[in-house]
Parts: sequence; C-alpha cells; structure tokens
Amino acid sequence: MDPLAAIKVTFFQECEEQLAELEGGLLAMEGGDHDPEIVNAVFRAVHSIKGGAGAFSLEDLVRFSHVFETALDLIRSGDIQADQETLKLLLRSADVLADHVRAARDGGSVDEGRSSAMAEALEALASGMGGGGEADTGDGFADFVFNPVTIDMSDAAAPAPDLSIEDLLARVTGEAASTSDVPAETAGDDVTWHIRFYPQVGLYQKANESGLLLRELARLGKVEVRLDASGLPTLQNMNPEDAYLGWSVALSGPTLEEASIREVFEWVEGDCYLDIVREGAAPAAAVAAGTAPAASIDAVGEVDVMALIRAAQAAEVPAAAMTPPTAAPRPAEAPAKVEPTKTREAALDAKAQAAAREASPQTIRVDLERVDRLIDLVGELVINQAMLTQRVAECGLQRASSVAMGLDDLEQLTREIQDSVMAIRAQPVKSVFQRFPRLVREIAAMTGKEVRLIMDGEGTEVDKTVIERLSDPLTHMIRNAIDHGLETPDEREAAGKPREGVVRLAALHRSGRIVIEISDDGRGINRPRVKQIAVDKGLISPETNLSDDEIDNLIFMAGFSTAATVSDISGRGVGMDVVRRSIQSLGGRINISSRPGQGSTFTLSLPLTLAVLDGMVVTVAGQTLVAPLTAIIESLQPKAADVRSLGPNAQVIAIRDTHVPLIDIGRSLGYRTVTPPPTEGVALLVEGEGGSRAALMVDAIQGQRQVVIKSLEANYRPVPGIAAATILGDGRVALILDIDAVMVPKPHEGLGAASAPAAGGFDPAVVPTSLAKVG
Amino acid sequence: MTKTILTVDDSRTMRDMLHLALTEAGFRVVQAVDGLDGLEALDAAQADVIITDINMPRLDGFGFIEGVRKNDRHRATPILVLTTESDTSKKQRARDAGATGWIVKPFNPEKLIDAIRRVAA
Repeated sequence: MDPLAAIKVTFFQECEEQLAELEGGLLAMEGGDHDPEIVNAVFRAVHSIKGGAGAFSLEDLVRFSHVFETALDLIRSGDIQADQETLKLLLRSADVLADHVRAARDGGSVDEGRSSAMAEALEALASGMGGGGEADTGDGFADFVFNPVTIDMSDAAAPAPDLSIEDLLARVTGEAASTSDVPAETAGDDVTWHIRFYPQVGLYQKANESGLLLRELARLGKVEVRLDASGLPTLQNMNPEDAYLGWSVALSGPTLEEASIREVFEWVEGDCYLDIVREGAAPAAAVAAGTAPAASIDAVGEVDVMALIRAAQAAEVPAAAMTPPTAAPRPAEAPAKVEPTKTREAALDAKAQAAAREASPQTIRVDLERVDRLIDLVGELVINQAMLTQRVAECGLQRASSVAMGLDDLEQLTREIQDSVMAIRAQPVKSVFQRFPRLVREIAAMTGKEVRLIMDGEGTEVDKTVIERLSDPLTHMIRNAIDHGLETPDEREAAGKPREGVVRLAALHRSGRIVIEISDDGRGINRPRVKQIAVDKGLISPETNLSDDEIDNLIFMAGFSTAATVSDISGRGVGMDVVRRSIQSLGGRINISSRPGQGSTFTLSLPLTLAVLDGMVVTVAGQTLVAPLTAIIESLQPKAADVRSLGPNAQVIAIRDTHVPLIDIGRSLGYRTVTPPPTEGVALLVEGEGGSRAALMVDAIQGQRQVVIKSLEANYRPVPGIAAATILGDGRVALILDIDAVMVPKPHEGLGAASAPAAGGFDPAVVPTSLAKVG
Repeated sequence: MTKTILTVDDSRTMRDMLHLALTEAGFRVVQAVDGLDGLEALDAAQADVIITDINMPRLDGFGFIEGVRKNDRHRATPILVLTTESDTSKKQRARDAGATGWIVKPFNPEKLIDAIRRVAA
C-alpha cells in the first residue's frame, strides 16, 4: 500500500474513534455533564475529522464538519447554550457526520436532504447568537495592536549609517569594499522596492530571525542589504537580548508585487517596524541609498563591532549576533527570570490534573493477524505442554523430581501466557454498545416513541470475535425492545407510566462468562397471544401445558413472529430464533423473563473467549469427548431405583425431587445402538440455554481440562451434536459436545444416523489432517 | 546536517502525514501526541523546528508554545503552528503565546518544507 493510502486507512480508523468520542461527549452533555473538557473533546473530535478530510480533499466531509465545528466552537466559547434541544440537534448532526465519514470511506452517498437540512439547522444555530457562523474569525486583527517602533530618521545631523553587511565586514576586516554596495541593477522591466525593516524584541522572542527573513527576500529577486547599527548602545548599556539593528533592503526583480514581500514578513507583523515602498512611488519614504558617511562608521566603531561581526559570521545570520542560541531573547520589560523548577512544577501540576481527568493508558496498535497468530501459537503451546506432561507421567517420574516440578512451573507459565494473550484480544463491549444510542434515536423517531437508553458496564471486556458477532443480535433485540416491547407514549401515560420508555443495556462478568442484559419497561410478553400464535403456526399442540417461562421462550422457536405484518424496524426477515442461533454459535445462551405490564429482560450469557474452553473430558463408547464445564451442574452415579423408563428409548432419572430426561450420549451421537445399564456409567446433570436440564450418560469421567477449541466447521464440516474439536495431551482429537443440541429430543433416534452415514457414527480417527496434524 | 522536527499533534492521521512529508524531505522526525507529551519530548528531541497542532487534549497548542518559550533550553526553537486559513484569532493567540509562524491546513509537503525553511537557519 502506498504510504498515503495507509494514512487514509488510519484516518478512517481515527474518524470512527472521533465519532465515538463525539457521541459519547454529546450524550454526557445531554445527561447534564458540564465539564468544559467534554465540550473541548467534542469540538476536537469534529475538528480532527475536518482536518484529515481536508488533507484528503474529501470536500463533502470538510463542508459538513466545518459547519458542525463552527456551531461547536460557539458552544465551547459559551456563546451558545447547549440546551436539550440543541444537544438533540448536535446528536443528529453527529449521525449525519458519521454518514459522511462512511460515504467518504466506502464511496457511497449520504442522504443529501437530511445532510443539508442538518447543516442549515447548524448554521441557524450558529447565526442565532448574532455574530454569524464565522463569528470568531476575522476579528483577530481587530485587537492586534500594530506598534511601530519610533526611530527618528529625519535627524540630518545624525544620518542613519546605511551600509551593506559586506561593506561593513570589509571595512572592519580592512578589505576592500565589496561590489555589493553598487546599487542594484535594474534591468529591463524590473521593479525595485525599498524595504526598511526594524525588528523589535518580540520578533526574536518568537524565534524568528532577521537573517532568515532577509534570506527569504533574497529569493524574490536581487537584493542589496544595508545594516543600520545606529541604534546600538554602548556595550555597557547593551542588553544582549534586545533588538537594536535595522536593515534597509533594495529588492528588485521582474513583476515583483508588494504582496509577495509582505508575505515574507507575514509572521513578524507587529513585531517589527516595516516600511515597503516602490522606487519612485513615494520619495519621502524612500531610504537614502547613498553610501554611509565616515562619521557613522566611526560611531559604529565605538562598540565592539569586530566581536559582533565575528559572531554574525559564525552564525551566518546577522541577527544571531543579537540573539545567540545559547542566550535567547527575553522581554526587556519583564526581566524576571523564569524559574525552571517552577515551570516544571506547573507542567507536572497540569499533568496531574490532566491525568485525573482522563486516565488514558498507553496503547500500541497491532495488526490483528499478529495477535491471532500469537493466540494460535499459544494454543499449540498449551497442547504441547499437556503432551509433554503426559509423556513425563508415562515415564514414571516422581512427583518431586526436578523434571516434574519444572513441568509444573511450565504449566503455570503456559496458563499465564495464555491468559495474557487472551487479554490482548479482549475489548470492552463499548465498541459495540456505542452504536446503539444512534440506533435508539432512529427507531424512536420512526416509531414515534420516546425512549431513553441506559447503558451499563460498557467497560466489560470480552474477546474481539465475540464482540463483533454480538452486534447483529443485539441490534435486533434493541429494535424489538422498542418496536414490540415499549408502548406508545399515550399508551404509557394511560397505563400510569412515564411517557418516556427505558431500554437498558448492561454487561457484566459472571463466573467466567459475560452476561448481557437487554431490558425494557414496556408491556411485557403477551402470553395468551404468544401461545395462540405458536398453536396457530403448529409449533405446539393446543393441549400443551406450558409454564409462563416456557411460553415466553416460545418466541425463540423457528418460524415464530408475533408482528402481524412485518414492520420496517424489527422485521428484517430475522426472528428471535436467528438471534438465538447466533448467540449459540458463540457458545452462548439466551433467556427471557417477562412480567406483563412491566417489561421484559433478555439475558445473554457468553464465553469470554472462543479460543479455549474449560471442559470435562469423558469416555463414551470408547471415544473421548469433552463436555463444556459451564453447562455441567453436577455429576452423579445413577442408582437403579432412580431411573425410570418412559418407553423403549426414553428414560428419566430422579434427581432429588425432580425428574430429568436421561440421555445416552453414545446413542445420541450414534456410537452405539444399545444403551448400557445407567448404573454402570456416570450421569452429568447439565443445564441448557433456557434453563432446561437433562442428565447425560457417559461411561467414565477422565478429568477436567482446559482445551483449545478448534473449529470443526472451518476445518471439516458442521456435525450435529458436536460444537467443535480439540487436541488432547496425548495428541488425539476429541470432540466437544454441543450440550443444547444433544439435549433436544429429536423425532428420529440418534443424531449420528443423520450426520454420519458410516456405521458406528462419527469416528474421530477420520478427522481431517488439518485437525490431526498437531498430534 | 539532518535537521530534527518535533511534531505535536493528537491526530494520528496528521502525525502520519507530517511524518511522511518530513522524512521524505530528509528530516528526522520526533512525534508527540499532545502538548504535555511535547514538553516532555523537548530535551530528548533536540528539535531544530517544532510543528504543533492547536486543539489537543491535556495541553493545547497555546499552552505547549508557552511552555517551550518558558524553557531556557528551548525557548529559541522556532515553532510552527498548524492552523486553518480562516482562524485569524487562533493565529494571533498562537503568536501571543510565542509561535514563530504557521502552516495553514490542509498543507501539502511543499508548503510544509517551505515553512520550515523560513524559520530554520
């Protein structure tokens, strides 16, 4: 990628960050936070976007961000009050700005009508305070006092010694006068300008250099420079940091405009006396070009010119003689020495304050591929370490032997490395949450509902992949919450609720998983209606006796959709079944609880990472399988008295005071056709999403282990009942059970029959080489 | 001798652009991400010229310039401010703080190098 294209990529990344900052800041302001730093940050965000957009000539983006920035600047200066109405406008403008950014990035277009309406509203806002949109510009020079130095040039008794640097040098060093004191030749249609330039101390204080300015002049044409050292006091009276010298320059060149000369002095305006006159235009102001009288030379000779000149020679700049770099100028009128320690303290103070305000940890940006490569390698390391441990164990070494102890340390280290690497991929859910305020605003506007979005736990971290794949389901659920969950403002009022509905989005860590709750204070699930729909659609039989929870969970069934007509907002061809599937594909569970008239809460529970899993390694029909530990409630040895048969292929087991289905994993997966007596195996009591429980029969438990997840879908193909695969310490591939899939009673018997036509079901020995290579 | 430029800008895009233009022109570049960072970088950078943005978190360009000018070792270092054309008041505030000159955004490499030449001996 060419460097500029790479910077453009950076720019758009940065835009996303700035947009998030912008929205976050505006929302904080809307919430009543009046910290000026927030307003500043909001302004800066738009300003930065504009700056970068300008660099890449993204004109639409520049134009909109300029209007936006102008309005924000007025808020920053306090000229406009940021009331709720204004903030609503600004938030909508932020949305439009985001559209512009994306249009610029993806080459799309923005809704022109909306954009220009918003721009007009911003302009109206800015002009509403009287001064107009550009209120703060253009007035800069009004209070910019031009303060010419008063030099008496008319005193004929003491004429200014006009001599060129070379001339002066020549006289001092005793050489012949250089040819430069010959008046500049004016060939053809050359124009000659006479410039008088007397720097003031401010010029040097701002690190400008007279010599460099003269050099710039020399670039415009032929110059003849004469130094006026008449202002030099005696050495005793001289402040080395003051400005005493002046210059007269005759500048000639073809079509030389005054503007280009002024441009040279653009940065020192107000810090010097400057007089620019075209030859023959105003004789009174023209500098006498005659050679300096000898008396003046003598006058100059009173001070140690030699030293000055040598210094000037050394620095190649005459002005540097007055302001040697080691002793830079200081205001003569404020000679108080600045205490370096004070400055440092002030800086530290400011720093402490800033740190208190914004504890921004240092970060680096790393290509995701590198991190993923590292994670892969750590996965291999974990497997290797497990294999090594097993081999060493097979050698019959003592637990206390140095090799075994070293291996223990290695195991500890490996786990720490793994945790640290996983933490690299972890990101706060903020990156997906931050999209929702806009979504809520838009849906609220479309449905005519009043909605307040409350977000909690945005800093909760979870693996990047999980975050990315959360966006769609969460978006859908928030749409649902507003569209279906919340009532209209009138309905709410009639029900004695505030007109404004609340949607709450919260994230938290709970026992090694991340839990995300989406709740609303709306009408809740209409259970009779939900049940009726399920019956009408043939999802359940009318006689089915369902608990409230079970009815609520019907909405996750495929083919269920409560909206009579597919609405614009919720109905995009996806129902809650799709949401549930995408959550499940992340190893997550989704649950709903609802109270009529008070609202509904959806609870998602997801693993923090998709790379490793704490598993229970079990043996079933001679196969080694892994059951996710999070799903297992307990394991128990079934007693014959607790097991009851409900038919030829259905059994239940009594666990304390309830009965749960007893499922033989070996038969479910097609490893065997005859279930051994339950008393000979071990039952794992598991809980699926939705809270339903079952007891899974396995032959034996090998132990708990953290396993590295290898996708079956990516490396082989999806297998019903199996979530993924892993490689064990002995190098063998083991399949990870999909608990929910094996729990669901299927009309046909044995998932293996459908998934693996080969007799004996799916055989881990025939897994593809990409999976087996590690072993 | 290779000249060193200290760039102070909170925008990564701007820092990258400055870096690209300056290194291509043969300058050594030291970067700082805001005013405070810039003040801290002064000694290590030993910059011949400083280029700074105005709007930055923690310490803005004005504060940064004042800080440089108060620093005995660096107060004679030319400081160029990145600004926008229209913003006369900001230019003036920057000058009051002690800025040497300014570069109008959006800048192109030529404009940038030209500005540096104007302040660097």
